[in-house]
Amino acid sequence: MPDRITRDEVAHVARLARLDLTDTELELFTGQLAAVLEHARDVEALDVADVVPTGHPSRLRNVLRADVVRPSLDRDEVLGQAPDTEGGRFKVPPVLGEAP
Amino acid sequence: MNAAAAASELPSALAVAAAVRSGARRARDVVEEHLSAIEDRESELHAFNVVLATSARAAADAVDRTVAAGDDPGPLAGVPLALKDNLCTRGAPTTCSSKILADWHPPYDATVVTRLTAAGAIVVGKTNLDEFAMGSSTENSAFGPTRNPHDVTRVPGGSSGGSAAAVAAGFASIALGSDTGGSIRQPAALCGVVGVKPTYGLVSRYGLVAFASSLDQVGPLTRTVADAAAVLEVIGGHDAADSTSIDAPPPALLAHLDEGVAGLRVGVVAELLGAGVAPDVAARTHAAADALAAAGAKVEEASVPAAVYGISAYYLIAPAEASSNLARYDGVRYGLRVDAATTGEMNTATRTAGFGAEVKRRIMLGTYALSAGYYDAYYGKAQRVRTLILADFEAAYERFDLLLAPTSPTTAFALGAKTADPLAMYMNDVCTVPSNLSGQPAISVPFGTGDDGLPVGVQVLAPALAEATMFRAAAVLEAAAPPSAA
Repeated sequence: MPDRITRDEVAHVARLARLDLTDTELELFTGQLAAVLEHARDVEALDVADVVPTGHPSRLRNVLRADVVRPSLDRDEVLGQAPDTEGGRFKVPPVLGEAP
Repeated sequence: MNAAAAASELPSALAVAAAVRSGARRARDVVEEHLSAIEDRESELHAFNVVLATSARAAADAVDRTVAAGDDPGPLAGVPLALKDNLCTRGAPTTCSSKILADWHPPYDATVVTRLTAAGAIVVGKTNLDEFAMGSSTENSAFGPTRNPHDVTRVPGGSSGGSAAAVAAGFASIALGSDTGGSIRQPAALCGVVGVKPTYGLVSRYGLVAFASSLDQVGPLTRTVADAAAVLEVIGGHDAADSTSIDAPPPALLAHLDEGVAGLRVGVVAELLGAGVAPDVAARTHAAADALAAAGAKVEEASVPAAVYGISAYYLIAPAEASSNLARYDGVRYGLRVDAATTGEMNTATRTAGFGAEVKRRIMLGTYALSAGYYDAYYGKAQRVRTLILADFEAAYERFDLLLAPTSPTTAFALGAKTADPLAMYMNDVCTVPSNLSGQPAISVPFGTGDDGLPVGVQVLAPALAEATMFRAAAVLEAAAPPSAA
């Protein structure tokens, strides 16, 4: 398993997850995440290289439905829950001009 | 009279339905009684995020009109129902106990809600939970904790703590919760009620707000085993709106409930009675095994060796799936938006203000476990350990019809006791997460009290879709159980 998670890695992960952490939170979360990941090391001794991963416990595969028109949610009711809309669409602040 | 004693004297949901169906009682009177119980004690317990008194009265009157007209009001006619607040209710708030959904009114009902109300059940309110069902004490709610009706200084368990408290306190006859790692069974155990996690895919999740999609299941919390069977018969069965729903008819449970356990092979899972399980809880579990043996079951020790890795696998898989599922809370289509100059800044500002600490921790844990360079070491490995757990259960079920284990390693703990140490909180789930990883069903049944006088629950575990056999053992345990409150 990888080395103990660092404060910089936690800051990086927070950016990926679109979360702003204060210095205090960063410090706290680094210790707490390290403790959980440290506990997960108990699986380190297991040889699972030849074991097939299980993504879900269902025996179902690729459930399809007929491609036919059917009723859907009312558009106005759905848009009524949005923070901002315009002309029947969701409206957001500018996207361009952001840092990459 | 304390709340627990009061609850044990309350009629079962099936008794309420029988009385309403026959016209012996009016649904409206049943609902008024429950609203009055809520009025008396809700300020102390905080089981609900919202009480839906007006719509409950209207629904009760509709049931009474159906009965008066001589039509069938459904198998759960007039039964007061509490819904965990991560189940969508059209036109009524569905918050997940999160600031990010505080004002959200879903445009549709969850399938389980549609089915229960069609069966005559009356929604009395939406119950408190750990934010987005992430927690084992209901202390992670953005709206404040729920308290255990048996001792208000203790937690009710979680994440379905509001549902468990509501049923234990007599605020509702039945409740629904969701169980991703024990979130129905553990609060049921801590509050002295019955809780069921059905087989993965048995119950529709359409309208359940997603936490970890390969683990989440909806199930009942009730005061009797028969009530849980009755609810599961109504909510179980195929739903075309949920592509993970098993294409099979609803399970027949009540018809087999009294068939007993004579001749059944029951294994007591050694690994789930190991370190961390309190001696009084272990003693109750052994007493439950004795009760099944006395009823004619062949009881032996069973081994599910990989179950000891359940917590490690679960706390990588569930956060990984959560980090993906919760990416949808971006301030665009519903819920909270914190304004900012650009969409990216708005996304971050919204999520930072909207999510609580535990949700942020899990999102980050999951994002890390899925990130480049760590995927194989964490998420990939956890998925392989999951295969081992499933294989060990399947091997055990070649020898046994059912397995027995504690539900929670301890009775209800004090509020605040574990909030500063997430790993200590996660260890509450040690006996429940294996069933979520394997996708197999489990039921928690109250079985006496611990040394502190608080309820202890024991779990019956079963192979996939073997709910009928599982409920037979649960009924035997219920009949043999010592009182679950001092």
